[in-house]
Amino acid sequence: MIERNVMDKFTINDLNLYYGDFHALKSVNLHLPAKEITAFIGPSGCGKSTLLKTLNRMNDLVEGCKITGQVMLDGGDIYAPKTDVNLLRRNVGMVFQKPNPFPMSIFDNVAYGPRTHGIRSKLELEEIVEKSLRDAAIWDELKDRLKKSALGLSGGQQQRLCIARALAVDPEVLLMDEATSALDPISTSKIEDLVLELKEKYTIIMVTHNMQQALRISDNTAFFLLGEVIEYDKTDKLFSVPSNKKTEDYITGRFG
Amino acid sequence: MNKLSAYKGRPGSLALRIMVDLSAALTVLVLVALVGYILYKGIPNLHLDLFQWTYTTDNVSMMPAIINTLTITFCSLLVAVPFGVFSAVYLVEYAGRGNKLVKVIRLTTETLSGIPSIIYGLFGFLFFVVALGWSYSILAGIMTLAIMILPLIMRTTEEALKAVPDTYREGSFGLGAGKLRTVFKVVLPSAVPGILAGVILGVGRIVGETAALIYTAGTVTGVASSLLSSGRTLSVHMYALLSEGLYMDQAYATAVVLLIMVIIINAISSLVAKKVAGKAA
Repeated sequence: MIERNVMDKFTINDLNLYYGDFHALKSVNLHLPAKEITAFIGPSGCGKSTLLKTLNRMNDLVEGCKITGQVMLDGGDIYAPKTDVNLLRRNVGMVFQKPNPFPMSIFDNVAYGPRTHGIRSKLELEEIVEKSLRDAAIWDELKDRLKKSALGLSGGQQQRLCIARALAVDPEVLLMDEATSALDPISTSKIEDLVLELKEKYTIIMVTHNMQQALRISDNTAFFLLGEVIEYDKTDKLFSVPSNKKTEDYITGRFG
Repeated sequence: MNKLSAYKGRPGSLALRIMVDLSAALTVLVLVALVGYILYKGIPNLHLDLFQWTYTTDNVSMMPAIINTLTITFCSLLVAVPFGVFSAVYLVEYAGRGNKLVKVIRLTTETLSGIPSIIYGLFGFLFFVVALGWSYSILAGIMTLAIMILPLIMRTTEEALKAVPDTYREGSFGLGAGKLRTVFKVVLPSAVPGILAGVILGVGRIVGETAALIYTAGTVTGVASSLLSSGRTLSVHMYALLSEGLYMDQAYATAVVLLIMVIIINAISSLVAKKVAGKAA
């Protein structure tokens, strides 16, 4: 068990989500601690990515998506009518499965977010870009080619650029949707190291298909099956002494 | 390329192969023959006289027609491109899926793009020339052509926008950008090469158009002095020369210039497309 805490970043209460008639998330209750790494694991189609996307309301973009229940961020319901979705997404950044840099220069990619939120000063933008790229541990590789197109980078570099782009708007939470699944092992390990560093400043919630990865870097793990949270616990506990038979079957590779 | 001996014992494949090669050769041959014939007949007739600033029955200058062509092309694009692009943005980015209005708009644009240009000419004549009282004027021609290429611009822009990966949109929304910013800063710039392809097709149609222009822009031989005065484009000029039958040599020379103009326009457009795409990519 993970104790509930007033410092929890997200508290999810009885969340149900439907895609049309399909009941994708069933009565999910979770509380995600601040400045820790929480991993969502489970077989394909279990709802882990869907839940991740409810945390910054990316599901709003999906037609026919209906949500009941509560998602509290720092005590405020993000599905309340008065919520500013753009502000929410600024605070809760997202890194996607496939690296998706915009077809513009490296500099413009990182500066896109700050510019969106009203920063015009060139000097300020330059500072933000440098800081974000440094935080994403890619400044040294890219500092001489900021004006070059981001599409010319390798997949691993693109993904770290996307992380830098997400950091540039100064979020509190970083959602990572299988952010390493399209990358080679070396790039993956670079990003894992990076995520461990970022934990100092950010709350990180990651979806992963790779159980070794969850074990390596996450503090807490939630195991999903068919839209339900089967078990949620400290990562070492969940992987060593799972309390649910289904969790044990999954992590020992009996299905999924 | 496969050696023909590879087809030994397989007459069916050989026949097919020969047919494919023949078709390709024939297509190229027709094109080369056509261009060659025009150049052969036209180039000897290219004289400086043909490029005098003013037309007289003596010099049969095409210079006014060239200028009119450029004016009409530019102005038609000025009208059609913004409307076409914005309509496509509405269809792809704003209208919900399964929206009835979208279906109606699609059906309309598809129908419009299949209508013979003389119908546009008739409409332009009845509406712009007669009803609005613009008389024969390049403005009437411009508006008629703008309407004619609007569906084309719209369709190509729509396809170009649909081809922009959703991951770009997600990335932008994920950073807290709104719809407007996402569309104008990320989606549209990525679609520019596709949009330009549509514009090139539009230019091609404008430059080659006669039927829609004869009864709207008219056939006055001089440079149109204002938007409300009449003027003929190169294609119309050529049509007039041919139908009068008095200046066949000059008609061929005009064809050469028209051909070169189209080639230059296409080259410039693809250069611009490459530049923009290169900047984006």
